[in-house]
Amino acid sequence: MSPLQLSFMGIIALLGVGLYALLASRNLIKIIIALQIMTKSAILALVVAGNATGRINLSQSIALTVIVVDTIVAVLALALVVQIKRQTGHLDAAKLTDLRH
Amino acid sequence: MSIDMVLIVGLILSAILTVRARPLTAALWLAVLSAITALLLYRLGAPEVAVIELSVGAGLITVLLAFAISMAEDESMPASIVPRPFAWILILAAGGLLLWLILPQLPGVKAATAAEAPFITQMWENRLLDLLVQIAIIISGVIGVLSLLGESRRTAEPKMEARS
Repeated sequence: MSPLQLSFMGIIALLGVGLYALLASRNLIKIIIALQIMTKSAILALVVAGNATGRINLSQSIALTVIVVDTIVAVLALALVVQIKRQTGHLDAAKLTDLRH
Repeated sequence: MSIDMVLIVGLILSAILTVRARPLTAALWLAVLSAITALLLYRLGAPEVAVIELSVGAGLITVLLAFAISMAEDESMPASIVPRPFAWILILAAGGLLLWLILPQLPGVKAATAAEAPFITQMWENRLLDLLVQIAIIISGVIGVLSLLGESRRTAEPKMEARS
C-alpha cells in the first residue's frame, strides 16, 4: 500500500473518531474538540489530494484558509460556551432548550 | 514498519484518547494530535502548513481551550442522546463509503510536481480572494468575541454598582 493510500485510511479513521465524538458528547467543550478533530482530518485530506495531483502549493494555500477559518470558529464557539455557562450554569447541549418555543 | 505507519497509528490513538478523556485532559491530547498532524503534513510535502498547524493547533487552540475550561469549570460528561450502536453504524457506513469511492482513485506513487507557481505566488496572487476573505473573517471573529464578552461586562456592571 502506498504512503498516500495509508494516509487516506488514517484520515478516514480520524474523521470517524471525530464524527463519533460529535454524536456521542453533550458537553459543549467536547463538541468543539470533536469539530477540531474533524477539521484536522479535512486539512490532511486536502494535502493528500494536492500530493496525489501534483499541485501541493494550491492545496497548501487552501489548507491555510481552512486553518484560519477553523481557528475563528473555535474562538467564537469558546466565547459562546463561556457565555452559556454564565447564563445557564451548565454546559449540557441537551438542556439548552430556551429557543425551542 | 515505516515512519508514516507509526505516525498514523499515533494519530488515531491520540484521537481516541482525546474523545475518551475529560475536557481539560482532552485539550492536552488535542495538542498531541495537532503535533502528530503537523509531522504528517511535513512528511506529505507541505512544510508551510505544517508550521502553521503546529503553532496554531498545538499552541493557540490549546491555550484557548484551557482558558475557556478554567472559566466555565464544567467537567461533567453526560450520556449521549444518540444511541451508540446507531452512531457506530452511521460512522462505519460513512467511512466505508468514502474508502470505497476514493481509495481506488488515489495513485500508488506521488505525482510528479507539475509546473506550478511557488507557494508565495500561489497564496498572494492566485488566491488573493481567499486572503481577503480570511482578513474579513478574522475581523468579524474579533468583533464577535468582543461583543460576546463585552455583553457580560455590561450585565456585571449593575451588580458592582449595587454592591458599592
